[in-house]
Amino acid sequence: MGDTGDLKHLPLEELHRAAGARFGAFAGWSMPIIYPAGVMKEHLHTRESAGLFDISHMKLFAVEGAEAADALSRACPLDAAALQPSQSKYTFFLNEEAGILDDLIVTRAGPQRFLVVANAGNSAADEAHLKAVAAGFDCAVTPLDRVFLALQGPEAEDVLKNAGLDLSSLAFMHGIEPREGWFASRSGYTGEDGFEVALPATEAHAFAETLLADARVMWIGLAARDSLRLEAGLCLHGQDITARTDPAAAALMWAIPKPVREAARFIGAAALADILARGAPEKRVGLKPEGRQPVRAGTGLFDGTGRPAGRVTSGGFGPSAGAPVAMGYVSASLSAPGTELFADVRGSRVCLRVHPLPFMPHRTRKG
Amino acid sequence: MARTYFTEDHEWLRVEGSEATIGITDYAQEQLGDLVFVELPDAGRAVSKGDTVVVVESVKAASDVYAPVDGEVTAANDALSADPSLVNSAATGEGWLWKMKLADESQLDGLMDEAAYKALIG
Repeated sequence: MGDTGDLKHLPLEELHRAAGARFGAFAGWSMPIIYPAGVMKEHLHTRESAGLFDISHMKLFAVEGAEAADALSRACPLDAAALQPSQSKYTFFLNEEAGILDDLIVTRAGPQRFLVVANAGNSAADEAHLKAVAAGFDCAVTPLDRVFLALQGPEAEDVLKNAGLDLSSLAFMHGIEPREGWFASRSGYTGEDGFEVALPATEAHAFAETLLADARVMWIGLAARDSLRLEAGLCLHGQDITARTDPAAAALMWAIPKPVREAARFIGAAALADILARGAPEKRVGLKPEGRQPVRAGTGLFDGTGRPAGRVTSGGFGPSAGAPVAMGYVSASLSAPGTELFADVRGSRVCLRVHPLPFMPHRTRKG
Repeated sequence: MARTYFTEDHEWLRVEGSEATIGITDYAQEQLGDLVFVELPDAGRAVSKGDTVVVVESVKAASDVYAPVDGEVTAANDALSADPSLVNSAATGEGWLWKMKLADESQLDGLMDEAAYKALIG
């Protein structure tokens, strides 16, 4: 689990210890990986009831000012000014080559106020990048230190309502600031309906205890967070998407509306237009191994004649799928669903088929 | 009379005559978490101490299980192909991994008894 010497610690670490969490290093943080129930039960519980995740390692920024929308529309392939109040949008920071520096969710919190949720591993680089871009505009970038909790699963809405936070009027991919210093959105990383709530550390302990007092709620660790998001076909930055992959190859062009592409105001627009004109040589796809043996990240893929065909970027066992699941990049000509590919797993040849994503249908509540 | 030995890699060996049944300890299965796949050896395979004989896969990761001594694999627990979770629910019983014929019984002297193993895991 790595050296735990220089790791950052969660404000609610004691609560996790009390719950019997086993900790491991992730993106510079000491994080709960698994609780005594085990990853299988945690995963299934989230899909059946309500799973509580401490995601305080994620980074929250406020971008505010008369030109905040313009700054974000430069930093991201996004028309921030077109976002409705409380609307959230999945987007990216791209580099000039259209490589994905990070994936983000941007929410319009007010006429001139936006909230950006970024990944832990990239938070320092993201802050520097966003501030550098924003320097050319009339707006301020403020990192917000918050405890960040995700409550995911079909019971999440009702649990929060009982805990005094009624978010039933929010549609999926919308967020509001319900209290001073709080940010709550209907969003998540599991494919289930659910919410992500950022709140001041001083109020977080009591709020988490209130949620946990509900019999439908249990803590879920990072291991199950990973299997849930993989079944949901969602990317992990640093693994499935990196600065060396672009939104076209990553099959994430749905996140970049055509008018935004055409206006080409965002960093990386020219490179992305080139990639789209030429056609991305490889594509991110779902992969379903035959049999029971998981095929892990980093495993090379081959076509029927033994020629290199791509690589697995995430792979494991899907507790809800009841089978191994994976995703990875394959040559564009081999990306059609059903295409048969092979991996060498410790000397044995495992057959995988290109599979549509997600593996488990999303059950989010559309507006 | 069977004797049980333990290794620093959290395996147990139950030795009867010149044959040993091998599995991982309850401590090990707990550390690994829910197992979803067990890659088993073929009978007849000659193994040396330290060779990877079995790979146990949890939801998140694969881990090697090593031969604790030299010998020849005589059987693998095929029940684990259908139900790998037996290793979690009965690590020292039905969740055994493989049986092997010992090549050199004196190698057992280098292993721990239960008291020493319990001291190791604390």
